[in-house]
Amino acid sequence: MPNTDKNMHTLSVYVSNKPGVLARVAQVFARRGFNIESLVVSPAIDGHFSRMTISCSGDPEGLDQIIKQVSKLIDVLHCVDHTFDESVVKEMGLIKIAVDSEGRSDALQIAEHFGCKTVDLTPESMIVQIVGDPAKIDAFEQMIAKYRIIELVRTGKVVMSRGQETT
Amino acid sequence: MTSKTMEGGQAIIRCLENEGVEYIFGYSGGAAIPIFDALVTTQTKIKFVLVRHEQGAAHMADGYARATGKPAVVLVTSGPGATNTLTGIMTAHMDSIPMIVLTGQSVSWMLGKDAFQEADIFGITMPVVKHSYLVKHANDIPRIVREAFHIATTGRPGPVLIDIPKDVSAGPCTADLHAEMDLPGYKTDYPVDNETILSIAEALAKSQRPLILAGHGAMISGAGASLRALAEKAQIPVTTTLLGKGVFPETHPLALGMLGMHGTAYANKAVCECDLLLNIGSRFDDRIIGQPARFCKDARIIHIDIDAAEINKMIRPEIVCVADAKTAIDELIKHVPVLETKEWRRHLDGYKARYPLKFKRQGSLKMQHIIDEFYKMTGGHACVATDVGQHQMWAAQFYKNESRHNWLSSGGAGTMGFGLPACIGAAFGRPDDTHICFVGDGGFQMTFFELATAALHKLPIKIVVLNNHYLGMVRQWQQLFYDDRKSGVDLEGNPDFVKLAESFGIKGFNLRRPGDVKRIVKSALDYDDGPCLINCEVEKTDNVFPMVPAGAALEDMLVEPPSTKLEKPTGST
Repeated sequence: MPNTDKNMHTLSVYVSNKPGVLARVAQVFARRGFNIESLVVSPAIDGHFSRMTISCSGDPEGLDQIIKQVSKLIDVLHCVDHTFDESVVKEMGLIKIAVDSEGRSDALQIAEHFGCKTVDLTPESMIVQIVGDPAKIDAFEQMIAKYRIIELVRTGKVVMSRGQETT
Repeated sequence: MTSKTMEGGQAIIRCLENEGVEYIFGYSGGAAIPIFDALVTTQTKIKFVLVRHEQGAAHMADGYARATGKPAVVLVTSGPGATNTLTGIMTAHMDSIPMIVLTGQSVSWMLGKDAFQEADIFGITMPVVKHSYLVKHANDIPRIVREAFHIATTGRPGPVLIDIPKDVSAGPCTADLHAEMDLPGYKTDYPVDNETILSIAEALAKSQRPLILAGHGAMISGAGASLRALAEKAQIPVTTTLLGKGVFPETHPLALGMLGMHGTAYANKAVCECDLLLNIGSRFDDRIIGQPARFCKDARIIHIDIDAAEINKMIRPEIVCVADAKTAIDELIKHVPVLETKEWRRHLDGYKARYPLKFKRQGSLKMQHIIDEFYKMTGGHACVATDVGQHQMWAAQFYKNESRHNWLSSGGAGTMGFGLPACIGAAFGRPDDTHICFVGDGGFQMTFFELATAALHKLPIKIVVLNNHYLGMVRQWQQLFYDDRKSGVDLEGNPDFVKLAESFGIKGFNLRRPGDVKRIVKSALDYDDGPCLINCEVEKTDNVFPMVPAGAALEDMLVEPPSTKLEKPTGST
């Protein structure tokens, strides 16, 4: 889903899987005062390399510089901005809700509507797992906020280009 | 060679030999002892230069690299030994200097445990290196050293740091010394796009007032002859940046000298009035563009740079070409016609006649006078190192460079204390040439301990201390923009520099009167028994002009001292 907020960006960075690479990449953002909103790092198919998906905020001109400076790092193979393309963007969230027997069925109904899975259930609380584009998770958060949210953990976005294009 | 077992430290020395290293500048220490031991046990021909402070080693390596075009090597120990090189690494990084910094490190199982003399130098230097390594296995040494030299010297050069834990340098290395590199993310081919070259040629053909701006990138690329051929064929005037000095002969009729904050009036006026600016290998530093929004506002701008990250950083050019400067120029020459620029050149010659660089040879002793005398007596062919400040700008203005590798000055970083060690490093690299170090009394006292290194090796360097007893450039700003409120600039308590030199066994001269300039400069140049120093007691409150206040546009340049009070500058420095 294309991101409409001009100052939010999603970058995919393909790097050598070595110590220090994350620090080097993060430093480029920090030096220009860009805040990293979310960051996902995992090994690529070839274990010598890793994939980073970085969501960040900042002005587009500054971002253009950041992409070039990240690309310039010796351990970076490429850095692609997926902000304005039609890539698949997904995120997972785990949300622990304070809900007893009274509200449970209503809460479960909302969760079901969003395609959530219940992964933990106690008399006072439940944890639901939600997967989808970030806006969907935001919407779920809003709907379920009538119950007390005890904890919320989101993985941050992962991105993949569609069809024949590589991420 | 071989897969026979040797110690990690020995492997390092052998790998440095394979890279053609002549000198290592450094300082020993506990965590680096195995590497220092290998200097002996390998019976290497590499010469080790023991400095007096690690910062000196880094600047010497820098000076050596700038003066020879070859990568230079620094070897220091862990902790404070490593952190003392930081300013030197940053200086090299800002000016794209190829340098390999080898640092000893605590044993690997103590990493991160606050061991004695442990510092996370890999982390500390990360923002100021082109790349860095923490070596975890001795068998990685051959690959890492090879990669380090490759990275430091190709593309846009820069410093590479290799941190070597003591157990690694003392441990066994069985790897082939000619290891393969493994750099999948590093590209060094910059194919020149033919269409871009054609569009640059077309833009030039349409231009009536073209101007070439040549920077350090053109110098590093060895584009001097190509640049000259281009300028002469198309009859385009050339201005150079501080670090571009020498890439185009400054006495050439098409040369306008340096532009920017303290550039020549005619170079700055040319920038303001040109209708096309062809930037070859300059990063549009804030010191040359002044106010970005008003820089070259009526001109078409073309930017050739090997570093894609420099494109659109400060200025948005109309045509960009990410390429090696020499390759791009060589292609461009084929397509550029002879341009009709006679009127434009005549116009600029008018500015040259109207706004020459000048100074008074009478009255108080001027730095410019001394620099100019050295220029005349050496014909512009000495290798000149400067420190940072007023003298640096006057040296840039009055010591005209004819060729590359003869101008060593800390441009991007503006590192005081750079001049003397850089000059020493250059003299190691080119022992048969004349080396002049122009240095202020402030910067000299930051690294003067390296007089010992210069004296010990009897290096042919002329140390010209331009002594105004002030931190002159800051004092100039305070005078011009802060109602002459002097703050933190009076260097009272300076030692007697001649006696200081003599205590190191270095010949010293005092120069106080304009009438003595010729005689003493000649004596210093004739002196051939190692280094000598001239303490020049110069005018205390002279100011450098032309001047573009920081953050102002080039057209707001002050050619002479202003008669009215100036607003505080808006630019950073």
